[in-house]
Amino acid sequence: MDLLFEPMFRVPFVTGLLLALLLPVVGVLARLRNEWLAALGFAHLAGAGGALGSLLLLPVLPAAVLCAIAGVMARALWQRSGNDLYALMILGGWSVMVLAAAVSRHASSLGQMLVDGQLYFTRWPYLLSALVLMLVALPCLLWLMRRLLRLSLLPWQDQANGYPVRRVVLLFNVLLALSVALAAMVMGVMATFALLFLPAWVAFGVAASWRQAWLFAALLGGVGYLLAFVAALLLDMPFGPVLTAVLCLSVLLRLRASGQAAEASHN
Amino acid sequence: MTDQALLRLQDIEAGYQRPLVGPLSFAVNPGEVVVLQGANGAGKSTLLRALTGQARVFAGSQWRCPGVSIGYQCQHSPLPAELPVTGAEFLRAADADMAALPERLHDLLPLRLDHLSGGQWQLLRVWAVLAQPARLVMLDEPTNNLDPEGEALLRDALLGLAPDRGVLLVCHETEFVAGVAARKVEVG
Repeated sequence: MDLLFEPMFRVPFVTGLLLALLLPVVGVLARLRNEWLAALGFAHLAGAGGALGSLLLLPVLPAAVLCAIAGVMARALWQRSGNDLYALMILGGWSVMVLAAAVSRHASSLGQMLVDGQLYFTRWPYLLSALVLMLVALPCLLWLMRRLLRLSLLPWQDQANGYPVRRVVLLFNVLLALSVALAAMVMGVMATFALLFLPAWVAFGVAASWRQAWLFAALLGGVGYLLAFVAALLLDMPFGPVLTAVLCLSVLLRLRASGQAAEASHN
Repeated sequence: MTDQALLRLQDIEAGYQRPLVGPLSFAVNPGEVVVLQGANGAGKSTLLRALTGQARVFAGSQWRCPGVSIGYQCQHSPLPAELPVTGAEFLRAADADMAALPERLHDLLPLRLDHLSGGQWQLLRVWAVLAQPARLVMLDEPTNNLDPEGEALLRDALLGLAPDRGVLLVCHETEFVAGVAARKVEVG
C-alpha cells in the first residue's frame, strides 16, 4: 500500500488523471459527430510517429504529435465521409509501428510501452504537456460543444449564414489528435481508445441530458482511472490493459440502464 | 421596395451537376410568407439548398439584405438514434426564444430528443428555427409528420410573424398553404 504514496508515482498519477478527465469529454464530442473511430486512427498514427521518432533518434512526443496532426490534415483533405480513412490510419499506423520496432531496439521498447501502457514511467515533460493541453482544451471544448451540437441538430443553418464551419471541425480534430497523441504516449494505444470510446458510449446510454452526459463521462473516466492506477500498482500489472478492463466493466452501467428502461416501458 | 426586401432573386438557376430549377425571380419582403409551389421534383427544395450553400447557383443573382441572418429547417433531419440532448438544450443551442414557447412544447423540454416521436421532433425543430432571432426563415416541408394540432400551432406562428421577418416556405399541403401564404411562386 505504501507504494501508492511513493513520490516517484506522483508525476505519472497527475498526468494520467488529467488525461483521464479530458479524454472522455473529447470522446463525447467524437461520438456526437459519429467519428469515434478517429480516436483509434489518430492513436495508431501517434504510435507510428513515436516509433519512427525513436528509430531516428528524434524526440518521441513531438514525432507522435506531428504524425497525429498529419492524420487531421489528411482528414480535412479527404472528400469522402465515413470511416474508411480511419481504417487506413489504423492499419498503416500499426504496420509502421511494428516494422519500426522490428529494426530498432529503442523503437521496440517504445512499441512495447504503447501496448502495455506503462504510465508509471511518465516524466515531467509529459505532465507539462498534459497541463498545457488541459488549459487550452477546456475552454475550446466548452465552445465547441455548442457549435458541434448546432452542426448535428441544425444542419446547414450555420453554413447558410457564412459561418466558417470547416474551421470548427478542424479545431475539434486537432484537439482530438493532440489529446490522443499525448495519451497514447503516456498510457498506451488501447487504453487511450478505451478512455475516448467507453465513457462516452455509457454516458450516451444513461445520461438524461447533454450536460449530464459529458460530466458523467468525465467522472467515469476519472473513477476508472483511479481504480486502475491502484489495481495495476498493487497487482504489479501493466497499466493500459488494467484501465481498459476496468472501463469495459463500466458497460454494466449502460446495460443496467437499458434494462430499467425496458422494464419501465413494460409497466 | 428593393431596400425593404429581405431576399431578392433575379433569374436564378440552381442545381447540382446541372441546373434543375429556374430561371426564377422573386423577393421575400418583411412580414410575408412566400410559398414555393410545384410538382415533386420541380426543384423547390433544391432552390432552398442553393440559397443555403448546399447546391450550386449556375446563373442569376441573389441579394440578401445586409445584416439579415437565415433560420433554416431542412427537409430531412431524422430523429437522432441515440443522443442525450434534451428539448430545452436543443432550443438553447438554436438560440430560440424560450419565453415565446407554446404550452404544448413545454412537455418536450426535459425529454431526450431520441425519446421523442417523429411528430414531436418535427415540431420541435421547426420551432427551433421559428423562435430564432433570424429575420429570414426558410422552412422545407415543415408540416411533415405534424398532427392537426401541430399544424395549427405552426399556422398561428406564421400568421403572427413579427413584421420585420419573412418566410420562404416549401409545402405541399394545399389547405395549409392557403391559410398562410401571402404570395405563391410557381417552380418548374
